[in-house]
Amino acid sequence: MELIGLANYAIFMGILIGIYALLALGLNIQWGLTGLFNAGIAGFFAVGAYASAIITSPHVAGRVGGFELPIVVGWMGAIVFAGLIAWPIGKVCLRFRSDYLAIATIGVAEIIRLVIKSEDWLTGSSRGITGIPRPFGELDYVASQLAYLGLVIAAVAVVYFLLERQLKSPWGRMMRAIRDNEAAAAAMGKQIEARRLQAFIFGAAVMGLAGALFVHFNRSITPEAIDPMIATFLIWIMLILGGSGNNRGAILGAIVIWLLWSVSEMITDRLPTDVALQAKYIRIFVVGLALQLVLRFRPEGILPEEQARQTAR
Amino acid sequence: MTFIDFINFHIVPGVVLGSIYAVGAIGITMVFGILRFAHLAHGDLATMGAFIALSTMGLFGASPWVGLPVAMIFAAAIAVGIDKTFYDYLRDRPKILTVMASLGVALMLRSVVQVVWGVDSTTYQRGIVRPDEYFGILLRDRELYTLLAVATIVIGLEAFLRKSKWGKAMRAMSDNPDLARLSGVDNRHVTMLTWAIVGALCAAAGFLLGLNNELNSMMGWHLLLPMFAAAILGGVGRVEGALLGGLIVGIAEELSVLILPGQYKAATAFVILLLILLVRPRGLLNGKVL
Repeated sequence: MELIGLANYAIFMGILIGIYALLALGLNIQWGLTGLFNAGIAGFFAVGAYASAIITSPHVAGRVGGFELPIVVGWMGAIVFAGLIAWPIGKVCLRFRSDYLAIATIGVAEIIRLVIKSEDWLTGSSRGITGIPRPFGELDYVASQLAYLGLVIAAVAVVYFLLERQLKSPWGRMMRAIRDNEAAAAAMGKQIEARRLQAFIFGAAVMGLAGALFVHFNRSITPEAIDPMIATFLIWIMLILGGSGNNRGAILGAIVIWLLWSVSEMITDRLPTDVALQAKYIRIFVVGLALQLVLRFRPEGILPEEQARQTAR
Repeated sequence: MTFIDFINFHIVPGVVLGSIYAVGAIGITMVFGILRFAHLAHGDLATMGAFIALSTMGLFGASPWVGLPVAMIFAAAIAVGIDKTFYDYLRDRPKILTVMASLGVALMLRSVVQVVWGVDSTTYQRGIVRPDEYFGILLRDRELYTLLAVATIVIGLEAFLRKSKWGKAMRAMSDNPDLARLSGVDNRHVTMLTWAIVGALCAAAGFLLGLNNELNSMMGWHLLLPMFAAAILGGVGRVEGALLGGLIVGIAEELSVLILPGQYKAATAFVILLLILLVRPRGLLNGKVL
């Protein structure tokens, strides 16, 4: 009995790690490959989650929806809508240094949060959206969890292989060239702004897909489901610690950070209630400190970016 | 609605809120202009300052204004300390890494506030204050004092930047850091002095917001977007631009309730930010573009 509980917990953790790994991969396209600072990851994640939820959930009076379309359509919708939100932001901000993008993405995440909280006809505001279908949901609990884990792993694997292919292609070399020496890349005739916009939208789309995977796993979503700042920050530290620019690093970072984060949560939950709340915020402090330590002592991460092989010596 | 009502219900609160944004935006524009990066921990440093003032007030049991100078001094020290511990070693690396470090610092400062002072909202003074009438314009005492305090800060800072040796050094570094160094300006000292001033300004902004509104651990984070919008709208690196930008953003937020549902007040700053980046990224008073 104990063993089954443990196995169930491991499967549950595996699914969440997969979702975070997708988010870290999305951020890796933006930051690792292109040097774009996205401080509103949670916003794109939420757009994906809500888009897929609205497309696939049953009808509720007073709210847009009731389309009950297949889940695959919901995922497609999540990818498209997250990308669509990224487009205007990128269009305005990518002409400048990434500082401006950081501020604008903080802003867009804030606006998305406001919309989710107040637009009852679209998102059900504080009641949220429930009754979202889940793939393999009709199986019994353990089998269904296992099947979903398989699905998440498959999604991570597909995104990983597509990204690796892109990285090794001339496109990947061009993106690195733009990141490392913008002026030289521009002189070679590369369209800097358009390429950056491409990367920003691709990254946002992957984050949207992660949102969709999360919402179908959870079967429901409310505005409180995601703490924007903490979610965004955890993904940043996953990528930086794992190794920005390296897709395997992004996945490794997601595993390490999520394990540490949940284990520490289990410990603080056992503390008496009067210190438990403080312990929760101390945990967040430690995450912030961890980022500073990684930036200082191991800026390239556990798995540094692989340098392109030199063709001639 | 009569004209005087319009002034009293929208313009007066807008000017008060805007002058608070301006104090924060001046700090943002100084970091952006002199040290050349977007400081994302600015809002949470303001939160910290507001709560230090609260504790000071509790300690002496006096008017909250006693807390302001104390909070400004503490926040200045904290800002210098943060620079030495977390930003200084990133000096020679791409600036965007310092931006990232500042996001981490924001999270750390906020969790310190949450551990020490808790997460519940609080105020400096309880009770409802009735406004007094000045030629038909309704102003509360605290609003009047807020405007006076902001005017003092802005005039003092302008005088310092224009007349004193160190102020001139700071402006020189903002205009051209290499040339400033060649002329014998010590960058390290200027950096330290900038952080001290920025920290003090943060505390002032946080205190004034707390005085006119309420204190909670998220207050500064929500201040971040309007402050950046104000700094960029006025022109990065321009103190008077930040003042102008702050007032415009504050008034625009208060006017937005005429056409938008109240909960979207916070979206106004974001719209202003995107618009100015689209049509005139140098800002109204021709600042820098990084």
